[in-house]
Amino acid sequence: MNGQSEPLRMSVRNLWKVYGPAAGLDVAERLAGKSKAEVQDELKSVVALRDASFDVSSGETFVVMGLSGSGKSTLVRCLIQLIEPTMGQIFVDGEDVLAYTEEERIEFRRHKTGMVFQYFGLLPHRTVLDNAAWGLEVQGLPESERRARAMEVLEMVGLSGWENYRPSSLSGGMQQRVGLARALASDPEILLLDEPFSALDPLIRRDMQNELLVLQERMRKTIIFITHDLAEAIRVGNRIAIMRDGAIVQIGTPEQIMSNPADEYVADFTRDVRRATVITVGYLMEHPTTRVREDDSPDDAVRAMEAAGADAVFICTGEGRYVGEVTLEEAKQSLRRGDGAIRAPVDRRFAPIQRQQSIEEALANAWDHHGRLPVVDESGLLVGEVERDALIQAAFEAESTEAASV
Amino acid sequence: MAVATPPTQAGRPQGPPSAPPRKGFQLNRWQRVALPIGGFVVAILVAAGIWGSEMEFPADVGGPIADWVNDTIRTITRNFSFIFDTIADVVLRFLLWLEAIFLWIPWPVMVGGIGYVAWRMVSWRMALFSMLALVAVGFAGLWPSAMETTALIVVAVVISIAVAIPLGILAARSNTVDAILRPFLDGMQTMPSFVYLVPAIMLFGIGNVPAIFATVIYAVPPAIRLTSLGIRQVTPQVVEAAQSFGTTRRQLLLKVQLPMAIPSIMAGVNQTTMMALAMVVVGALVGAGGLGEDVLRALQRFQPGEALLGGLAIVVLAIIVDRVTQAWAKERQEALRTDAH
Ligand SMILES: Nc1ncnc2c1ncn2[C@@H]1O[C@H](COP(=O)(O)OP(=O)(O)OP(=O)(O)O)[C@@H](O)[C@H]1O
Ligand SMILES: [Mg+2]
Repeated sequence: MNGQSEPLRMSVRNLWKVYGPAAGLDVAERLAGKSKAEVQDELKSVVALRDASFDVSSGETFVVMGLSGSGKSTLVRCLIQLIEPTMGQIFVDGEDVLAYTEEERIEFRRHKTGMVFQYFGLLPHRTVLDNAAWGLEVQGLPESERRARAMEVLEMVGLSGWENYRPSSLSGGMQQRVGLARALASDPEILLLDEPFSALDPLIRRDMQNELLVLQERMRKTIIFITHDLAEAIRVGNRIAIMRDGAIVQIGTPEQIMSNPADEYVADFTRDVRRATVITVGYLMEHPTTRVREDDSPDDAVRAMEAAGADAVFICTGEGRYVGEVTLEEAKQSLRRGDGAIRAPVDRRFAPIQRQQSIEEALANAWDHHGRLPVVDESGLLVGEVERDALIQAAFEAESTEAASV
Repeated sequence: MAVATPPTQAGRPQGPPSAPPRKGFQLNRWQRVALPIGGFVVAILVAAGIWGSEMEFPADVGGPIADWVNDTIRTITRNFSFIFDTIADVVLRFLLWLEAIFLWIPWPVMVGGIGYVAWRMVSWRMALFSMLALVAVGFAGLWPSAMETTALIVVAVVISIAVAIPLGILAARSNTVDAILRPFLDGMQTMPSFVYLVPAIMLFGIGNVPAIFATVIYAVPPAIRLTSLGIRQVTPQVVEAAQSFGTTRRQLLLKVQLPMAIPSIMAGVNQTTMMALAMVVVGALVGAGGLGEDVLRALQRFQPGEALLGGLAIVVLAIIVDRVTQAWAKERQEALRTDAH
């Protein structure tokens, strides 16, 4: 599998969904060799899902992408049985969810999963607050408790102050935040997002993607995210499954999909995505040549730089957290002044680049900086450095290989 | 590596494979309708050629059917009269109580109250019209009759709603119930009302109760239809989203489908009320009081003036009820409006 250390949360095996007279047949055997169009012509049936199998780890954002009609919605609806699959198995935390009784299924939907829909699906006759509290209400939570919790999630998605409005007086982006709040309210382990941002215009969509990433950083939910936009898939996903005519044609990390598309269909998608938005800084960075600790003396700093032949050095805390930078010249001045410890001049405390940022994002911040840039990991520890010119060069290389491949 | 063991490859147990779909000779929709009709017409022409136009029906079943219905209704009346007496008693009490309240309220208070409601729900113009028209009804000496008719209509509409909402819900949830109910509803609306006045008298005697019974039969179909329609029309996206959070069927009905069907149910109530008003004079035939009785009496005595006044008073009631309930339905509709997308 994907070599991740997180425990397995969801496991889908040979899932089929067929609409029409062929649905009662032993679909796997009868339809295996036939294309979607053939089945439609000969058997008057639609294959919405064809033998789909995949695993999702706990805390992972698993993106399912494909063209319209490729079966994405069918797949995600099967996971909570809003649609009954024709054949196959779905295991969530080791339990066979298709074998659930009606009561068990209701419990499962109430506590394990939360879903967000492309067309929001808010209750128009209820306020934003009551919409956010919907899941808790059907669970039978007392009013005061569910209101308090709904307020909390509404604040989380940035909708404080809108509690008493009706969904119809909100913009599309705000309505989808209500949808997200509703899904988060019962604190489910699994979030199912069916094209949550597709109905929003591009700028708002980008904001919502960012907010989802920030929320996910905090919550570490298992997310199944449906989209038909590879750029979005790459931004939010840890792994991506690409669907075509109901079948999954490739599963991989964004970088795997971009660098190694399984077939022409996948390659077609990747052409629409600019590589500079996919390749991360971590891919380009080098390990820092020299660094000093903030309680080191100016003398140490000067010697470190002279030993390495460098004209500047990064300064870190004892734990390795990035603080700033000092040049050889400044260190020498500090030595003459007789400072006890080296300090980074204020104008040399760059906002460091995150290892997982794309080249394009990194460049946006680094454009007016010359020389080396510090690269940190998720917890702020200095893990490497990258030349600004290397970033620019990589961005242009990406552009030109794209141009070449078109 | 993932920790949990992946499940086996085997699919879920399958039901027996059904027969492969039929191929070959198949009819499209038009052919399916046109062929039998064409065949029927040809058969008639052939039969007419053989036997000529003197052909008689081989048997008369009309008589026995009518006899059977007569017997059945008589049997019901004889053996279950206690049930119908109880129903009649409850309905009558409710009616008399309402009537007493309406007549007890001083007319200026009533007129002012209705004017206020018309002003809040519709417009000041409607309020002005309602008040002037009601005062005119009073000056025409028809106030007590108008109040009695109003009480009759309220009782008939309340009973209709009590019947229509559960039936409408059943019809919305099951296509079978819908298919069974449909011909009955069509029949109730088109069957001349005199037909069920007779059994109404047999079951409930003469007076207001059989009139209410006949009114309900005539007026209830749109309320049932529009309740069912309102529930079926709730956007599938909303239903699906609600369900994804683990609603029971009951929660879905009470918290999503019914509230969202309210504008449609209100439209049904509006139609039911208008149809009930149309039955006022027919009801008087079996002994109902109120404006209907006034009109009927004028008719029997050849007093077109009195008949016109009574008729106009019914029209006034109808207009007020119609505008107010419509405005209310519209308001609810506005409240439900989803953002256009
Ligand atoms: N109720 C149904 N009856 C018959 N065919 C259906 C039904 N629902 C979906 N399908 C078919 O199943 C296929 C997959 O549909 P699905 O909605 O899963 O696609 P999708 O990938 O979500 O597309 P989109 O991006 O447009 O939402 C389509 O070919 C569709 O026509
Ligand atoms: Mg879809």
